[in-house]
Amino acid sequence: MNDLTQLTISQARAKLCAKEITATEITEAYLSAIERANPALNAYVAVTDDKAREMAKASDAKLAKGEGGSLEGIPLGIKDLFGTEGIHTQACSHVLDGFKPRFESTVTTNLWADGAVMLGKLNMDEFAMGSSNETSYYGPVVNPWRRSRLDTVVMPTTHQGDGGFVSAGGTRTAQTLDNAQLVPGGSSGGSASAVSAFLCAGATATDTGGSIRQPAAFTGTVGIKPTYGRCSRWGIVAFASSLDQAGPIARDVRDAAILLKSMASVDPKDTTSVDWPVPDYEAAIGKPIKGMKVGIPREYRVDGMPEEIEALWQKGIAWLKDAGAEIVDISLPHTKYALPAYYIVAPAEASSNLARYDGVRYGLRVPGKDIVDMYENTRAAGFGREVKRRIMIGTYVLSAGYYDAYYLQAQKVRNLIKRDFENVFAAGIDVILTPATPSAAFGIADEDMAADPVKMYLNDIFTVTVNMAGLPGIAVPAGLDAKGLPLGLQLIGRPFDEETLFQTAHVIEQAAGSFQPEKWW
Amino acid sequence: MSVDVKTVKRVARLARIAVSEEDAERMTGELNAILGFVDQLNEVDVSGVEPMTSVTPMEMKKRQDVVTDGNKAADIVANAPATEENFFLVPKVVE
Repeated sequence: MNDLTQLTISQARAKLCAKEITATEITEAYLSAIERANPALNAYVAVTDDKAREMAKASDAKLAKGEGGSLEGIPLGIKDLFGTEGIHTQACSHVLDGFKPRFESTVTTNLWADGAVMLGKLNMDEFAMGSSNETSYYGPVVNPWRRSRLDTVVMPTTHQGDGGFVSAGGTRTAQTLDNAQLVPGGSSGGSASAVSAFLCAGATATDTGGSIRQPAAFTGTVGIKPTYGRCSRWGIVAFASSLDQAGPIARDVRDAAILLKSMASVDPKDTTSVDWPVPDYEAAIGKPIKGMKVGIPREYRVDGMPEEIEALWQKGIAWLKDAGAEIVDISLPHTKYALPAYYIVAPAEASSNLARYDGVRYGLRVPGKDIVDMYENTRAAGFGREVKRRIMIGTYVLSAGYYDAYYLQAQKVRNLIKRDFENVFAAGIDVILTPATPSAAFGIADEDMAADPVKMYLNDIFTVTVNMAGLPGIAVPAGLDAKGLPLGLQLIGRPFDEETLFQTAHVIEQAAGSFQPEKWW
Repeated sequence: MSVDVKTVKRVARLARIAVSEEDAERMTGELNAILGFVDQLNEVDVSGVEPMTSVTPMEMKKRQDVVTDGNKAADIVANAPATEENFFLVPKVVE
């Protein structure tokens, strides 16, 4: 293969181990792809070429001795939310200007220990707050996917002699790419765009309400948010600590399994990380799903959902049925309350977590006439609009007199949402199938969404329930819409049963095929 | 429930974010849209339901109360906008 960036992680791993290619060659291939594409896509906010070359060289030395780790020589992109020692880590916020941590997050430490190579830091919504990657201080990320436009072409009338081909003229339709720039989703928009556009073999991402699964669905990639506690949160910039989880975005289900195996671990530095062995997720891929009970929650059929999403869901149901699964209609009655409860819990936790950005310990400082004035000026200049909005909501719902009405009520509703899932799993459901998003990717600077923050929040309507209940969820590409944009399905599993998600997602992937954007950048 | 401009300014003060008159007015509309959206939680019957304290059933891990980390003053102040001899410098707070 000429272009090494086209290899999946599992293919690259095999070629590296067989010494058909070197880590340096594949790293160089990605670095030149980034150099060419990044001005158009804005997926990377920092490219660490020297570090990448140095890590690739070390990997080549190990591979030569046959001592490579499970990700030896595999070039990855890292979301800017992960603390990386001595390297740009700003959660794509102005308030963290110039921050280069003196520590390395546990997840990235695990990846480097397994031999992965860091290409750079990936763009994201500021502090992971957004569903379009438009809130980044570094500007929006562009989705490598574009809508196709059907143009009518007039055909000339031709005659080609006796019995030959005769065209009667008339018209035919030709597909061309529309120039409108689309969002890659968010908050892990840089991760999704980079994976989809072959600017890294795989990427780290994080998911608080859908930030791995929604961008994966918008870019035709695979994204898994593991169970809360599966990956250590240590060293990752905190947004909403009871909801945040790290996970991978990858080109296919197998690559996602390989990456999660490396990322997951128990960690004494995160007391919410779980002390259970990390299974070999790859081994689950290819296992038959015959007899598996797949729940179809009726509450996920929402008003105004495009028919294409419903059709995609039905296709997914048919594929799993064909593979021998038993399809069961289920009810998760509190589904509609997940998003409003999230918009109390997440901002409340964020307002507390983001209190640390005060112009004293790191990042931006804007002077003031006294210390309080300095805090207020720093935070006013350092945070973008969406982040301020959420800090304000969080501060309000936690303030005296409102705590019970908002925060306590939301935490009670959260228990009901979790109970809904517990009930269906107790009734024997193994996995739940839903659409991943209520629409395909939308345009950058969409006017409706800019005018009403709630419209943007509705992007996470199918994914946010999973965070509220701490469950694992995977988004897997399942088809294209009429305009040629990717659409994804979501599978939700029992706590710590990521294996069933990989197993089932692989069945969907086999049936649906894989999807690549047409290169225009 | 909804907020007025005065409440927004009070909340901004609590959150330590400087807001202009114009910001406060814009935020009032935005916050009311969000508060209007979350108001639907009031229709849920939560009688007898405990608020969630832990999303996965886990026991709080404990360890010996001993020092496991430290002696990194230079690392800790490395990213600060203003420091002196491993102290953070801030505007004068005591006259």
